[in-house]
Formats: sequence, structure tokens, C-alpha cells
Amino acid sequence: MSDMTPKPNLSPDVQAQGGIGTAPVPATEHGDHLHHDDHEHDHHDQHWLWKYVFSQDHKVIAKQFLITGIFWAILGGTLSSLFRLQLGWPESSLEWLKPFLGGWIQAGKLNPEFYLALVTMHGTIMVFFVLTAGLSGTFSNFLIPLQVGARDMASGFMNMLSYWFFFLSGLIMFSSLFIETGPAAAGWTIYPPLSALPQAIPGSGAGMTLWLVSMVFFIVSQLLGGVNYVTTVINLRTRGMSMSKLPLTIWAFFLTAILGILSFPVLFSAALLLVFDRSFGTSFFLSDIYIAGQALSNQGGSPVLFQHLFWFLGHPEVYIVIMPAMGMVSEVLATNARKPIFGYRAMIGSLIGISLLSFVVWAHHMFVTGMNPFLGSVFMFLTLIIAVPSGVKVFNWLATLWRGNIRFTAAMLFAIGFVSLFISGGLTGIILGNATLDIQMHNTYFVVAHFHLVMGSSAFFGLFCGVYHWFPKMFGRMMDEKLGYIHFWLTFAGVYLVFMPMHYVGIAGFPRRYYAWTGFDAFSQFADMNKFISIAAILAFLGQFIFIFNFFYSIFRGRRATQNPWNSTTLEWTTPVIPGHGNWPGEIPAVYRWPYDYSKPGAETDFIPQNVPYSQTQSSNLPYEQELAD
Amino acid sequence: MTALTILLVLVLLLVVFGLLFRLQIFTSIFSGTFTRDIGMSNSVNAVLMLVFLIGGGAWFAYSFVENFNKMNPPIASVHGHKMETMFWTTMAVIGVAFVITQALLFIYAYKYQHKEGRRAYFFSHNNTIEVVWTIIPAIVMASLIFAGWKAWTRITGPAPKESVVLEVMGKQFNWLVRYPGRDMKLGVVNYRMIDAVNEFGFDLSDKSALDDFTTNEIHIPKGVPVLIKIRSRDVLHAVYMPHFRVQMYAVPGMPTRFWFTPTISTDEMRAKLGNPKFNYELACNQLCGGSHFAMKATVIVDEPDDYQNWYASQQSFSQKNPDVLAAFKQKAKTMVVPVAAAAEEKEAAPMPLAASN
Repeated sequence: MSDMTPKPNLSPDVQAQGGIGTAPVPATEHGDHLHHDDHEHDHHDQHWLWKYVFSQDHKVIAKQFLITGIFWAILGGTLSSLFRLQLGWPESSLEWLKPFLGGWIQAGKLNPEFYLALVTMHGTIMVFFVLTAGLSGTFSNFLIPLQVGARDMASGFMNMLSYWFFFLSGLIMFSSLFIETGPAAAGWTIYPPLSALPQAIPGSGAGMTLWLVSMVFFIVSQLLGGVNYVTTVINLRTRGMSMSKLPLTIWAFFLTAILGILSFPVLFSAALLLVFDRSFGTSFFLSDIYIAGQALSNQGGSPVLFQHLFWFLGHPEVYIVIMPAMGMVSEVLATNARKPIFGYRAMIGSLIGISLLSFVVWAHHMFVTGMNPFLGSVFMFLTLIIAVPSGVKVFNWLATLWRGNIRFTAAMLFAIGFVSLFISGGLTGIILGNATLDIQMHNTYFVVAHFHLVMGSSAFFGLFCGVYHWFPKMFGRMMDEKLGYIHFWLTFAGVYLVFMPMHYVGIAGFPRRYYAWTGFDAFSQFADMNKFISIAAILAFLGQFIFIFNFFYSIFRGRRATQNPWNSTTLEWTTPVIPGHGNWPGEIPAVYRWPYDYSKPGAETDFIPQNVPYSQTQSSNLPYEQELAD
Repeated sequence: MTALTILLVLVLLLVVFGLLFRLQIFTSIFSGTFTRDIGMSNSVNAVLMLVFLIGGGAWFAYSFVENFNKMNPPIASVHGHKMETMFWTTMAVIGVAFVITQALLFIYAYKYQHKEGRRAYFFSHNNTIEVVWTIIPAIVMASLIFAGWKAWTRITGPAPKESVVLEVMGKQFNWLVRYPGRDMKLGVVNYRMIDAVNEFGFDLSDKSALDDFTTNEIHIPKGVPVLIKIRSRDVLHAVYMPHFRVQMYAVPGMPTRFWFTPTISTDEMRAKLGNPKFNYELACNQLCGGSHFAMKATVIVDEPDDYQNWYASQQSFSQKNPDVLAAFKQKAKTMVVPVAAAAEEKEAAPMPLAASN
């Protein structure tokens, strides 16, 4: 498919706008005109249902992913507040929650099985629905065509399906919250036999079935999206946009999509085998089980096999979550430090290195599962190596700030916050990746603190960074900066107040997924600390409503944006304030230079967009660039 | 605590006021083209970066020192002490990296804040620096990997010949413990034999199972290697004994093991901590169901002599449950093939008790 006409039925639209685009018009008028234009189309060929709901436009789909992601994030956060109430005040009555939770509150206490369901759903929602679909789904969709210079995704229809499979998956998962036996409660890692046997925990009944069905749709959604992202990046780049001129965002989305395509099918197979074990009496993961007064006939299966399959997805998954954030942070840091990203090639190299290594480290989640200790040695070696490319990224971000001229936009604050959290969380990975130390730390709060910093909070910061930065391109309006500042500082302090003390609790050996620690002498010394963590967590969660208010308010009432409010170099800022179908009204701009020509010596402005040829920038050209100009 | 709560409530109130204030501004704004001017707020944020570094760093240092003892419960095993040294060495290494990178991040953010008329330094790459900061972490990682690998091989290697052997079986939601009895051989168990009385699933047609005894508490001798064999009979569990730095999953259908040498007896530890109620605890550390959080066993480290006496005084399962034994004998008469011969999982070579035996 040519990159000029993404879909046949869009062509008239594109042409119409091309007509406008040839005569330069002020941005705001253009926006109004667009609206008028669309209005006419409403009557003729585009019903609102196809325009806003079943849209094939990558920008609309991106917004759908984002808003759905926000919904899930609120839900996921609410669930965490509920279980933090239990952990912070294990003795106090939660009777007041009875109107919301009904039978899950028994005699003023949270039901322990429901507690596990809360933990499970919090993990599932945050990892898959918010940080995979909400983050990568939003920004891969929004930025790939805009930044590589394409009219739309390679297949708009598949892209639409990707969202609607995600929506369906979410609907199923959401409905599982309301069934009588409760949602899945075997942890987000759904290890069998617990997840396979309804006798073991009620959540493994219908709740688990819905979880698995939902996840199958989710995987389909991810694959449809991923294939589209990869195809678009490979085939639909505009003239001059070689792979070595791609913004780091695109490199990150591209590699993320490849990771997803290669690893999600393995989760699919694991889920399928689990379905067989649950429903058709097979024994892939079950063996020698006596439960609820009955010896099961299953023999020869291995629960450890499931863990291998699960983590073969599960580990790349954490990079699927973090790499898009890394890409956007690189972009925002360079733009707002007004400096080229330091070591562009090293940044790409480290992304590729992380992607490759992410496939060969999965068993570091399994050091103490009884797997052969020799495997443990191998995976320890590979795991600790991954610290090297991660370290390179951090040093390069620091070097990017060095001698910059930093503007603290809200996006920039979140980018800096991301780097800080990534350092704090990443370093403890060196402890957990060491098989010897993991004997003690495995499944303790040290692990919880580690991954909440390095992939949970960091990825959220990447998400916020992206939303604040690209909001003007999404909605043609600006988010409020001051509210953004307040949101950042509250969240930043909140995250550290929650997760730093959690390390202490973990070093002391507190197991995760415990409803209460009060039964153990060894784990009872941190009652006050748990209260503190709970207060900080709930306040930090409430602080997010500042963002939500700001987001929805600004969509309708924010200040009007200009075409390129951040003086950025990448292609998306060459589109109209609100890009219509096909993104560029006229021809797609050609690309002549890399995306990081900020503060180039001799240049007239402190940024030179990618579509400015070298012949127009004689004063700032480097010697080899001058050759290209001549 | 209350002071802190009040403080946090105040902060929240401030936020609410901020919101109201912004609302006012919002309503007064009429649409126009937005141009960003870099003013006061930029330097405020820059200063806050510095404040966060100093304030946050001070809070972290303070709370870390304050809680240091709480996060270091006593250790009572030979490999545990070595692990502890490795843990804090690694913490020191990552601590240095943490302080340097965080300090640079916030100091750069402050120092290179926007100044009118200044232009950022166009600095796109420098191969020497990049090679250096790739190689240094690689070397540090290599040494950590080497130390970790050596310790890991030692800890997970075969248990010494003189080890004391016992077996722990996880079930929803408690731990079953058995010892090999006088013959030092753990007898055959079979999950199909499990019922309300025979919780372990002893196959009493196997001779070496006849003298196996079960207990509620785990007794182990001080100063002698202990090999714990681990099973589960329903879902995944994990044997976690934080004081001994021991953790290993209990997997249905796949027996696992972990060996260690306790160094401090329960009595000594009680005296040391001044806590007469102290007990070593075994916690389940792999989610296993609703009462996962209450799945606990008590571990008692005895002086070797006391252990011998305790061991000798235990009554075997078959003695305690003559009717189960009788049922097996009855079955053996009626069946041609003895059940034990059908069971594949014959235990490996027995481990003698302590050398003193």
C-alpha cells in the first residue's frame, strides 16, 4: 500500500485537505475549517460512529487506547488502595466498605481470598491493560505514523480490530469482578496448580476462566497491533527517513512490537494448555495432587513448566512496558534540554541489546523453584549482563542534561523523574538477579519495591511524560502547566515515600501476597512502617486525580496549542495543529537530517526540524553534511 | 504518626486550594494562541530539583539508619552469614552508583536550567566516554556474577554425607514434617494413599516407611548439616526460613531439597535477643490460597545431644496408627503385586544421622 493513500475511502478527504494545505493558513483557522469540513462529511460519507467509535484513523485509535487505559489505571489504583487499607490497618474495621464490596467484607474484615483477588487484579490490570495497552497502544499508534511520516498505519482495519479486541478483553476482565466466586485470585502470574483447581481457591473457578478468555483476546489485540507497528515502521517511512534517522521513540516502539510478537504467543500457548488442564482433564501442569479430600488422577505434569512458559513472555513483558517509556523520555529530554540526545547510536544499540537479552533471562524469576541449579548460574550471568545496556542508557540521559538549557515543562519533569526512578529500581535488580541473594529476597517486599520502581512507576512516569508532551498534538490544546507541576511533585515524592520503605520491609524478609503478617513474630516489627506506606500510597493515588481533571478539562477548555509548541524537530510537529485524516494536508514532508539537531552551532534557531534540507542551513552544516547539501 | 498525617492532610489541602485557584484562572482565560514563556516557574522547578535531592536524600539516609536494625533480623546459618556479607557488599556497590547518578541527575537539572541567551552545548557523542562507561559496569557486574556464582554452586551443591535428613510437605494450609526414623531411610509415600489419618500418604507396605515418624514442629541439631527434602501434595508452596536464609519451592510431583547448617540454637537465640518467646519460623512464600498468610511451622534448633534424645523418643507413624498398618497388611494379602513395588519413587541412598550416632 502506498504511503500516499492509506485507505481508498480516505482519498477524497485527503485531497480536500491538500487543497487547503497549499495555501498557508493560520493554525486556529485551519482547525475551525477542518471542523467545518468534517461536519460536511458527517452528512455524506462518515457517520459519527465510524469517525469516533469504529474509526480506522490511528490518532483516534490512540486516544481510545489512552482513555481506556486511564479508566483501567483508576480501577487498578483503587484496588491497590483497598489492599493497602488492609495492610496498613490489619486490625481495624472495614465495615464501611460493605456497600461497595458486599459479601467480600465479613464481620468487618476483608475476606482473605478477596484480598488475593485484589492483588491479582491490580497486577493484571496495571501490567497488561494500563502499561502495555494504555502506554504502548496509545503512543505507538499515535506517534509511529506521525513521526515516520506516514498517512496512517499499514492496516487501519487491523488497527481498529486491535483496539476492539482490547476493549472486549477488558469487558470480560471487568465482568469477572462481579461474579459470585470472585475474579481470578492466583496472582497475576497465575501459577498452576492454584490457578487450575477451583477447589484450591474460589477465584480459580469462573473468575479464572474469564481471566484466560480475556487474556486470549488481549494477546490477539497485541499481535494485531504489533504486526501493524512493525510493518508501518519498515514500509511506510517517508522519503529520506532511513532507520538511522528515526527518532528514538520509533526505535523503542518498533523493538517493543517485535518483543510482543515473539513473546505473547508463548503466553497464549501457556494459557491454552492451562485451559486444557482445567477443562479437559489433561496433565500439562498437574501431577500427584490430593486436594479437598480427593486424589486427582493427573500425573506427569510440571508446574515449573508453566513458569518457564509464563516468564518467557513475562520477562520480555517488563521490557514491553518500559521500552516505550524509555523512547519517549529520550525524546522529551533532548527536546527540553535543547540538546541532541547523547550517543544516539549507543541508545539504539542498547535498546537492541536489551531486547535480545530480554529473551534469555526469564528463569531469574525461578531460581528457587527447584529448577536445576546449573540453569540458575546461566540465568544469573545473563541477567546481570542486562545491567550494562541499561547503565549505558542512564549515563546517556545524564550526559544529555549536561550543559543543556533546560525548560521544565511538565513532560520534562516526568522525564527526569523517570530517570531517577529507573536508577533507583534498576539498581536493586543487581541484587535480585544474583541467584545467591535471591534465595533470601525471592517473593519478598524487596521484589515488590524493585519492580514497582523500575517498571511500574517508571513506566507510569513515561506515560505521563508522553501525555503532557503530545497532548497538544492529540487535542490541539495545552494541558495546564502549573497543575502538571503539582501533579509531578506530589507523585514523585509519593512514589519514593511508598517504595523506599518497602525495601526495608523486604530486606527483613516480609513475604509478598500476605493478607496479614501478624501471625509471624519475624514479620511483625514493621507495623508502623506499613501504616506509613499505606498513607503515602493512598495520598499519591488521590494525587492522580489532579492529572485526570487536568486531562479532561484541557481537552475541552485548555489553551489553544500552536503547531509546534515545544520547538521540536520531529515530523509530527509539521502537521496542522489538529492533524486530519492522512495527517499532512499536502505532500508528506521529506526528511533530510537526524531528529536531534538542537542548539546546533551556527544555526539561526536552537532547533532544526528533520524536514529542513542541509542546503537551507549552510551556516550550521558539519563538513559531511555540507557534502550532502552540495 | 499523627503529626505526619496532619502534615499530609495539609499538603492535600494546599493542593485543593491550588486547584480552586487554577479553576479561577481557567474560567478567566478566553481562547487565544498559547505561547509559552519561560519564566518564574522554570527556576522554581529547578530549585525544587535541588531541594528534592537534599531533602529526599536526607530523609532516605535518616530512615535507612533508623530502620537498619529492624531490617536485619538475626541470622543463624553458615551460608546465611556469607550471603549477608555478599548482600551488603552488593548494596554498597549499588549505593555508590545510586548516589553518584542521582546526584548528577538533580544537580545537572538545577545547574543547567534555562537561561535567557544561553545556548546548550551541541554534544552528540564521544566514543571514549561511551566505551569507558560500558566497560566499567561490565567489569563490576562480572565480579558480582563470579562471587554469586561461586556461592550459588556451593549452596545448591550436594549435601554433605553426614547430613541430618527430614522431609517437609506443604498442604493447604500447614506443613507436615516427617523424619526417617531408626533406619535413616525415608519410606515410600504415595499421594493416592493420603486420607484424613494418613496425611503424608505413607505406603506402609514399604518396610522403610514403618519407622518414619511425623511431627508438628521441626527439630534440627545445631552445627550439623541439615538436608530438608521438600514436597507438596496440592498446590505450589515455598519453604521460607528467613533466619537461615533458606528458600525452596514445594512442587507437587517434583520433590525438591535444600541443605544448610544452623549455627545458633533456639535457646541461645532467646538469650541473645532477650526474648524468651523467640522461635525460628518457617513461612510459606508462594501464594497457595486464602490462608497462605497463616501457613507457618515452628523450627527448633537443639543442641546435638538434645536432638538425639528427642529423636529417640519419637513414636513412628505406624505405631501410632495400628489400624492404618493393619489395613495395609490386609491389602497386601489380597493383592498379588505389593503396592510398594508399583510405586516408582523409591528414595535415594539413605543419609546416616549425625556422626555421633
